[in-house]
Amino acid sequence: MSEQTGLLKSSLSKKYLMAISGLFLILFLTQHFIINLLSVFSAEAFNNTSHFMGTNPLIQFVIQPILIFGVVFHFVMGFLLEKQNRAARPQKYAFSNPSANSTWMSRYMILSGAVIFWFLALHFYDFWFPEINTKFIQGDMSGLSIDGNFRYHEELIHKFTNPIRVSIYILAFIFLSLHLLHGFQSAFQSLGARHPKYTPCIKNLGTLYAVAIPLGFAIIAIYHFFSH
Amino acid sequence: MKLLLKIWRQKNANTQGKLVEYVVDHVSPDMSFLEMLDVLNENLVDKNEEPIAFDHDCREGICGMCSLYINGRAHGPQTGVTTCQLHMRSFKDGDTIYIEPWKANGFPVIRDLVVDRSAFDRIIQAGGYVSVNTGAAQDANCIPVSKQDADKAFSAATCIGCGACVATCKNASAMLFVSAKVSQLALLPQGKIEAKDRVLNMVKQMDTEGFGNCTNTGACEIECPKGISLENIARMNREYLVATLSSEK
Repeated sequence: MSEQTGLLKSSLSKKYLMAISGLFLILFLTQHFIINLLSVFSAEAFNNTSHFMGTNPLIQFVIQPILIFGVVFHFVMGFLLEKQNRAARPQKYAFSNPSANSTWMSRYMILSGAVIFWFLALHFYDFWFPEINTKFIQGDMSGLSIDGNFRYHEELIHKFTNPIRVSIYILAFIFLSLHLLHGFQSAFQSLGARHPKYTPCIKNLGTLYAVAIPLGFAIIAIYHFFSH
Repeated sequence: MKLLLKIWRQKNANTQGKLVEYVVDHVSPDMSFLEMLDVLNENLVDKNEEPIAFDHDCREGICGMCSLYINGRAHGPQTGVTTCQLHMRSFKDGDTIYIEPWKANGFPVIRDLVVDRSAFDRIIQAGGYVSVNTGAAQDANCIPVSKQDADKAFSAATCIGCGACVATCKNASAMLFVSAKVSQLALLPQGKIEAKDRVLNMVKQMDTEGFGNCTNTGACEIECPKGISLENIARMNREYLVATLSSEK
């Protein structure tokens, strides 16, 4: 085995890739949140932005594949790391007290990640697959509904009329928050970005992000449920 | 004090171990945890039973030989101490105490509570050294070192290699140990010459020994009897990233 191939297999390289893909997904989540927020304030702005995001060739054929790769990579690598980590302790302790020295979030990233995985399956079923079907299978790139208006805002609020779906989404946002509470600041540590001057700021920003963004997503879902 | 002990007994690495119950009486709160085990072993020898094997040497917290996973925590319920510095006053009369060896793929059990920590020696051999030319030693003051760096290097060098970090990590990762050993040399001018090869080789050996990956739970830093900081893991991550991108190896 050459040193070059060894580098990709090393435990540290895997953690760098986990951190980079995680930070990339955090960036994506931020833009997703901003667009969702538009749906609360202006149906027109939401429709226009959605149409742009859904039909712009750069976003559709360059950025979207990178995003899908990032999501799949983060999940696959997460499960591979979990498998390796479990193998590193084949005989478990008879009695262990992990809460004495670490947070629940940091120990159960695989669980919160798995919940987000199943949520994404539902989320893709709800929005992404119908979108791909309309645009690329039926070939309707107009973004218009039968009445001649943009369909995006209408489709969004229609999804959030079902209380069960809204509840599942909110539950997923809670796990997303737990995942981010550890993941945001952990990504910086994995990349070696730690300094007495700015690490406290990163940790505070991470906590704020992990609470505010999922809470914001939940509020938007609840808003559409009650307002229509 | 009278205590119920549930102690892990295992003949060797190839046999299954199990918890065995022992009652030990007349334990003084001033005894160290290891002295309490000495008392138990004397009782077992008197009864012609096999005494419990456990590691110990200096009994003053500097050698790194003692271990033990006590009531679900490495080196017991106190922080900043090794098992030999843990006193029975930390427990109450009538307590049940679980005592297990470090459990990790990289630390196979030799017998009962004794594990083979030679994986750490092999990691050190892979790069935890500084090459020095032969001849007369030069004046130490010829090499300027800032007080801050010297202090950080010293703090990293206080790692006694006991393995509590591996024992407590949910992934049995040896990152805190390896990063302390990388840091103590990388921070000093003498260690900079071989810095890239050192971090690459030590991490490679760490992976070969079957330790897990770091999830940044921070448990190791809390359980480390010497308080080795997670700052060292971040430093190793930086060192490795730079070495990966720039080393010719």
